[in-house]
Amino acid sequence: MKHFYSDFIKGLWRENPTFRLLIGLCPTLAVTNNALGGFSMGVSTAFVLILSSTMISLVKHLIPDKVRIPAYIVLIATFVTILELFMNAYLPAIYAQLGIFLPLIVVNCIILGRAEAFASKMPVSRSIFDALGMGFGIIWALTSIGIMRELFGTGQVFGFQVMPSSFEPIGMMTAAPGAFITLGTAVAIVTYISDRIAKKHAKGKKATE
Amino acid sequence: MNFFFLFLSAILVNNFVLVQFLGICPFIGVSKQIETSIGMGLATTFVMVVASAATWLVQHFILEPFNLPFLQNVAFILVIASMVQLVEMFLRKTSPNLYNAMGIYLPLITTNCAILGMALILVLRSYAFGESLVYGLGAGLGFTLALVLMAGIREELKFADIPKPFQGAGIAFILAGLLSLAFSGFAGLV
Repeated sequence: MKHFYSDFIKGLWRENPTFRLLIGLCPTLAVTNNALGGFSMGVSTAFVLILSSTMISLVKHLIPDKVRIPAYIVLIATFVTILELFMNAYLPAIYAQLGIFLPLIVVNCIILGRAEAFASKMPVSRSIFDALGMGFGIIWALTSIGIMRELFGTGQVFGFQVMPSSFEPIGMMTAAPGAFITLGTAVAIVTYISDRIAKKHAKGKKATE
Repeated sequence: MNFFFLFLSAILVNNFVLVQFLGICPFIGVSKQIETSIGMGLATTFVMVVASAATWLVQHFILEPFNLPFLQNVAFILVIASMVQLVEMFLRKTSPNLYNAMGIYLPLITTNCAILGMALILVLRSYAFGESLVYGLGAGLGFTLALVLMAGIREELKFADIPKPFQGAGIAFILAGLLSLAFSGFAGLV
């Protein structure tokens, strides 16, 4: 039970793929110009991550060690194709917004990274919890970047007006430079908070000693 | 003339890294020294040109005639992975020096989303074979340019006094944002 909890929780903050491990950054920057884009990309990536981690963990003994990377990539590409066809049929607006970054989930390093580092070594149940934690980690990271960019770029959040009408939107935030600057600031904020927590822990330990 | 504009547009106006957000992971990961970033950039450019030709052929002679466009993702990633493998074997046989210089970067190129992204863009815009090659070369050189610029700035950063939370990745992203701002000045050039 304790394993499941720690497998799940580490993806949310301590090993958050976006802010701490800094992997899978292309979609993080490209489709987060509004909150909905960030959220839907997060959910899509999490969906593929959970399915592929489960599947790879199930078949890990069948795959010869030498060809494991190509085998994993083909498995991942299959799930991405399923997702792509599904989104094209039922959610055409979001499909159009995500564009080529939906098929590019295939080469998202988060998914192959979890497959190689975790799912190929651990039992299925633990892999599912790991993928769930990482998945939720991606969702909150991408959504919060999307919210920041939409808020400052247009004054709205998820399409609802939030800022007072006197607010002058900063057009740059929804364009390419805004993506880099927002992510840089967000990474710095997360690093700052993590350092503070680590310091507090160290202090607390000293006090109890 | 058309080729020239396409080439220029791929390098500057629609720079893969700074405008289209493709290949960010190596852009942040391998841009600490100018020397290694040149190696990585040139290796990627080479694979991009080879892959643009290979995926074009696969798309027009296998996927389209047999009505299999839904296999695009699987087919392209396999073609790219085998191209990278081929380049690796070719380099090891012909020029061991070059192979040693970029040895560790070569396998990484498979998961560089700039390559698969380029292949998908070529299909989306239905470029002809010649145009695909030129676009692949331009995109690769644009990637190299962004990487080398970034490495040049980051080498100087060692002497700068950066607030602690921004050290490392944070300041790299802010820098990339400023570079991207500069590159948005090229919009409307072509």
